[in-house]
Amino acid sequence: VLELLRAVQRGSEDRKRSLGRLRWALQNKETQQKFVRLDGSIRTLIGIFTSSLADMQMEAARCLHELSHSSDPAVAEACLPVTSYLLTYLSGHSVEFMELCLYTLGNLVVESEAVRKQLLPQGIIPVLASCIQSPHEAVLEGLGYVLSQLLQAKEAPTEIIPLVLDSVLPQHMLRLVCSGLKAGIGAAVEFAWCLHYIICSHTANAALLSLGALPALTSLLLDLASEIPQDAPEGLELLVCPVLRCLSNLLAEETGCEVQIQDERLLIALFLILQCFLQQHPFIVQECLWLLNNLTADEPFFCSALLSLDLLPALLQLLPCSQMASVLVLTVLCNIAEKGPAYCQQLHRQPALPLLLPTLALPDPEVVGQCLELLHLLFLHWPEAAADFVTQGGHRALEQHQSTPVLQERARALLDMVGQPLGASALSPCHATLSAFS
Amino acid sequence: PPFAFAPRRLRFGPHHPLLEDGDVHRHLYLQGVLTSLAEVAERPKVSEFSCHISGCCQVFDTVEDYEHHYNTLHRNVCSFCKRSFPSGHLLDIHILEWHDSLFQIMAEKQNMYKCLVEACAEKFKSSKDRKDHLVTVHLYPADFRFDRPKKVKSGPKHVSSPMKQGASMPMDVSMETLEQFQVDPIEIGPSENMEIPQPAASPGSSVPEKQLYKSRIPSTICFGQGATRGFKGPRKK
Repeated sequence: VLELLRAVQRGSEDRKRSLGRLRWALQNKETQQKFVRLDGSIRTLIGIFTSSLADMQMEAARCLHELSHSSDPAVAEACLPVTSYLLTYLSGHSVEFMELCLYTLGNLVVESEAVRKQLLPQGIIPVLASCIQSPHEAVLEGLGYVLSQLLQAKEAPTEIIPLVLDSVLPQHMLRLVCSGLKAGIGAAVEFAWCLHYIICSHTANAALLSLGALPALTSLLLDLASEIPQDAPEGLELLVCPVLRCLSNLLAEETGCEVQIQDERLLIALFLILQCFLQQHPFIVQECLWLLNNLTADEPFFCSALLSLDLLPALLQLLPCSQMASVLVLTVLCNIAEKGPAYCQQLHRQPALPLLLPTLALPDPEVVGQCLELLHLLFLHWPEAAADFVTQGGHRALEQHQSTPVLQERARALLDMVGQPLGASALSPCHATLSAFS
Repeated sequence: PPFAFAPRRLRFGPHHPLLEDGDVHRHLYLQGVLTSLAEVAERPKVSEFSCHISGCCQVFDTVEDYEHHYNTLHRNVCSFCKRSFPSGHLLDIHILEWHDSLFQIMAEKQNMYKCLVEACAEKFKSSKDRKDHLVTVHLYPADFRFDRPKKVKSGPKHVSSPMKQGASMPMDVSMETLEQFQVDPIEIGPSENMEIPQPAASPGSSVPEKQLYKSRIPSTICFGQGATRGFKGPRKK
């Protein structure tokens, strides 16, 4: 490594070649660490990086970028003197150079709190705020990357997000996410994740709601879903996922959510997305179901829509997907059942019971517990369901849970609700313990 | 009754288990494992062409090299002294402080030295005060290259590197630490640059750009070392 550094410092015509060799070498983890410990190494790089020799400057930038890959915080901290220059050059215009600076910054931000602590007073947020008006897709994507790393810092909710909210960044991020399908999906993906990190910190949602994030992202989701049957671009799920999360969290915001989305196309979009990604990207299932829960929890609008659009079978199909999916599907069904008899009637007529009965036999107590809650609601509002439940052998399905601590109370209560097996009550009236539906 | 269900909207923070799978997927994407969203074309090489700025005979064979050359040397150039600057902001400050005859007069009465950080509106009565501010408030290095105080006119001709980028002093003078090299060849300005006949094609351009991505992942997932994002350049699959 020392050899390489000397070669670079010596100058002369093949300095560029030496820099290239250095860059190659810096792809190695140990070389990175050794390099920064060499006296004057970073200083030399900075000297070339800030010179006016464009091509050498670019090579030096590439070396710094390689260094930024290191997972050793000491290396990131050795790069502290570079940050003011990285920011200065972001006011420039060379797309490739700016990309390098952005990715280097983004990488440094991940490893080192010291770097972040320095970048904030150096004005990184205002610099990024002016960069976001660049027309270059590549620059925007790099910018999104830096921001996404900054926003994941542990101190982000207190130190970084307030600064971001104070700038023009949020409205541009929203704009770029929503125009992702036409303009650049790469940048849209980055900013969608940025929005997700901001929103799930739960410190910023009033501001985002007032920017119209909810209708904008809803509209985007509809557009994304309509892209799917035709030519779904590769990696679309990387955009869909954070958008789903943003919508779910925004809906769960206490303040100001009288702003309701009442567009049943959203349901169709959700199920299209589910259908499309189920095979290849099963994680999307829980993301969609989370949103579905938030849509169906309060207002009956989406519960009615789900039933009238005949989406219940598609929902029930998701029951066996995974433990998390099962719980969520059952929760959504509970949301629907809780709305009253008309809803329970439709659920029962689906028919729901043939799917719920085997669910009771699953080993997972959380899933079974949610199923018991659902049955309770069903029997409560639609007694016919209770009777059918018994004829389909539900009694035995319930009995097996009488000794499970977390389930037994509810299992027994349901057993009471449905009464004794028909045979017993017919033969021995004195044992009749048919209680009225509670 | 033992039934506790009540419908409610759920809100999750960043580390909720439901989000784990999606976060892993995102991390893998950044690691470049997944196929790219948009193919970036191999940077096309064109037949050699030269910079069109008169007096500059630098030669290029890719548009990107030329763009960077242009932006570095010809874009934010002071028309008085031909120094080039990384940004319009720094150029404006330079012109004001170095070439505006009224500046010195006004600076005696009010704070005229602007902070170099574009978003910062502070102004100072002297270059030194500004530097102190840069160092203490903005944590800039004390030897920040684009903040060299204007040299007092000491003689008719100032020989060393008149084309330096925004600096009036040779870099080695301001360095307190060990000097590894005698002459700082970095200080070659555009005039000397023009004498170098080598083509601007970067030797590394045939080297595939490395793409490792670094991203924050839930602490429950262990991927060994983090993966850092690479510069996209010519994208490999």
